[in-house]
Amino acid sequence: MKRVGFESSFAIAEAVKMANIDVTSAYPITPQTHIVERIAQLIADGELDANYIPVESEHSAMSGCLGASAVGARTFTATAGQGLELMHEVLYVASAMRLPIVMAVCNRALSSPLSIWGDHSDVMAVRDTGWIQMFAENAQQAFDLTLCAFRIAEDPAVLLPTMVHIDGFHLSHVIESILLPEGDEVNKFLPKFRPLYALNPSKPLTMGDFTTPDLYTEAKKSQDEALRNSMKVILRAWREFGGLFGRDYFPVETYRAEDADVLLLTMGSFSEVAMGAIDRLREAGEKVGLVKLRLWRPFPFNAFCQAVAQAKLLIVLDRAISFGGPGPVCSEVKAALYHLEKKPQIIGFIGGLGGRDISVEGFQNMIHRGMEKAEQGKFEEVEIFGVRE
Amino acid sequence: METLGIYVPRLVTRRQSFAPGHRACSGCGEALAVMLVMKALGRNVIVVMSTGCMEIISSQLPYTSWEVPWIHTLFENSAIVASGIEAGMKALRRKGTSLPKTKVVAMGGDGATFDIGFGAISGAFERGHDFIYVCFDNEAYMNTGIQRSSATPFGASTTTQPAGKVSMGQSTWKKNMPAIAVAHDIPYVATASPSYPFDLMNKIKKAVAIEGPTYVHILSVCPTGWRIPTDMTIRLGRLAVETGVFPLYEVEDGKYTLNYDPPRLRPVEDYLKPQGRFRHLTPKMVKKIQQRVSAEYASLKEKAQ
Repeated sequence: MKRVGFESSFAIAEAVKMANIDVTSAYPITPQTHIVERIAQLIADGELDANYIPVESEHSAMSGCLGASAVGARTFTATAGQGLELMHEVLYVASAMRLPIVMAVCNRALSSPLSIWGDHSDVMAVRDTGWIQMFAENAQQAFDLTLCAFRIAEDPAVLLPTMVHIDGFHLSHVIESILLPEGDEVNKFLPKFRPLYALNPSKPLTMGDFTTPDLYTEAKKSQDEALRNSMKVILRAWREFGGLFGRDYFPVETYRAEDADVLLLTMGSFSEVAMGAIDRLREAGEKVGLVKLRLWRPFPFNAFCQAVAQAKLLIVLDRAISFGGPGPVCSEVKAALYHLEKKPQIIGFIGGLGGRDISVEGFQNMIHRGMEKAEQGKFEEVEIFGVRE
Repeated sequence: METLGIYVPRLVTRRQSFAPGHRACSGCGEALAVMLVMKALGRNVIVVMSTGCMEIISSQLPYTSWEVPWIHTLFENSAIVASGIEAGMKALRRKGTSLPKTKVVAMGGDGATFDIGFGAISGAFERGHDFIYVCFDNEAYMNTGIQRSSATPFGASTTTQPAGKVSMGQSTWKKNMPAIAVAHDIPYVATASPSYPFDLMNKIKKAVAIEGPTYVHILSVCPTGWRIPTDMTIRLGRLAVETGVFPLYEVEDGKYTLNYDPPRLRPVEDYLKPQGRFRHLTPKMVKKIQQRVSAEYASLKEKAQ
């Protein structure tokens, strides 16, 4: 292992290099460009032997991945915001055809007004596309989870495409110190991709048929089962990764949450700032803690319920708006807890939209404001945190 | 060509990789064209097909008409899925995986080619992938019910630009897709028709032998959408060529060859008259179409000299 200073985007490119991908099919979009630029440079310098298809749109970026993955090539791409939206219909095809493509998404706001900065509007819009979705909080995690993503996606028991989410700019452009494993350690963790099915004239296959109402439901059920069952493989891959590299990952992670009455729920890079707020409030004697959702799909129902069931209040921060409804994470969390006898009350906030920062003080205020709202019984109100009237 | 017909069919393989038993309408010129294309392609191919008639009639779960590896993903992306397959196989081969020699062939209708997949095709041509793109042009969105596309000829009545009291049907001229393909400086572009099966198969074989992007544009007569009797498919395909409406030509490295140049073109009326989609045309409009066809044919002939 060696320690290097890397921008998160470069860390992901490094993981892609170590995964020895065969094809990337990509289109530039801020704040993702550093990832594919770096991959292009690694190919140009002969450090990575792969074909880079410089496509003419993100719809084609993902479609190129479909083709490459269908012949059994290890395939990666990266995108953000509008790019993820332009890929939208292709994402469903990738998962339904069980093509284990790995994609880094630099979470970005959606137009209009145009914003290149980070939030989770794009992430939430692709929630139901059948991909495995996991969140990184720092450069090291971006590297680790990208390696894990190949291992999980390509497992014959999974064969599902996987997104690694890093927050645009707040994480994608941050330079941090990270530990890089050696090549043979990586090969031990990530064996060569051996597809169950591939297009090959020696063994003709028909892929992507059409179907009538007779079979569509069954096709979707098998896909849903595959995504739910992927949880076992995800846990196993992360456990093995921890054993080999000493860094452990779980679908739901907590920080100072054991005896907490009040829990804050965050996803992605804000979690590290929120930890700072938790530390300060703990110093002041408040029983608060943090819950971080690492895995968004498949949703870790059991782990999540266990993590929050003992708290009195759960404050949920959504970095996306579901116009006219509660925040998407908030409504998911409410649904997950509904059947429990003992469960926390829930207050939802929307915040951090279009790159708007939330500081340590901001999170302290959010927690206090959440407690105040819970006392006032304002559970239905969707408050946009820090908005100017 | 007439005398050749007696002998040449014996040389064509009877083996079909686009199996009979699919669900195409009777008299479908497109299914016939696909069958011929597949005979010419042989077995060492991967076919990528856009959403459309041919995909729907050949791939209903749990059945398939395809005896070669075949993939359909979406409507507008067969050129780029083909690019991905080609790039994927290249990389795998280079890195030591043993794979048979394979030609990648993308197929789409006129909607997939002229309209929704236009950008992806242009991208794949520009990047120079080694693949054949075959357009099966039946001049409208037939699969969804005869809606106009930018391949629909001037004056044709479609369900989205119908002829009516104040409308003459399609008000624009057909987009010249082969010319756009030529503009990409790709090594081979050809037009073909299943009414001239040997010419069609020869062109596909030529495309297989060329490394780089190639484009074969096949006029596929659609009795359902063109409102003709189902036994007129072959005849109408011939009339399209004999009137100069759809000339058979190829462009090799920019050099044009007219493959069939009749001593005298038939009047376009011979082609238009049997078709219900042109039933409403006035003599004035027929004249306008004749002028356009004559001028385009003359210009093509000049290029082919």
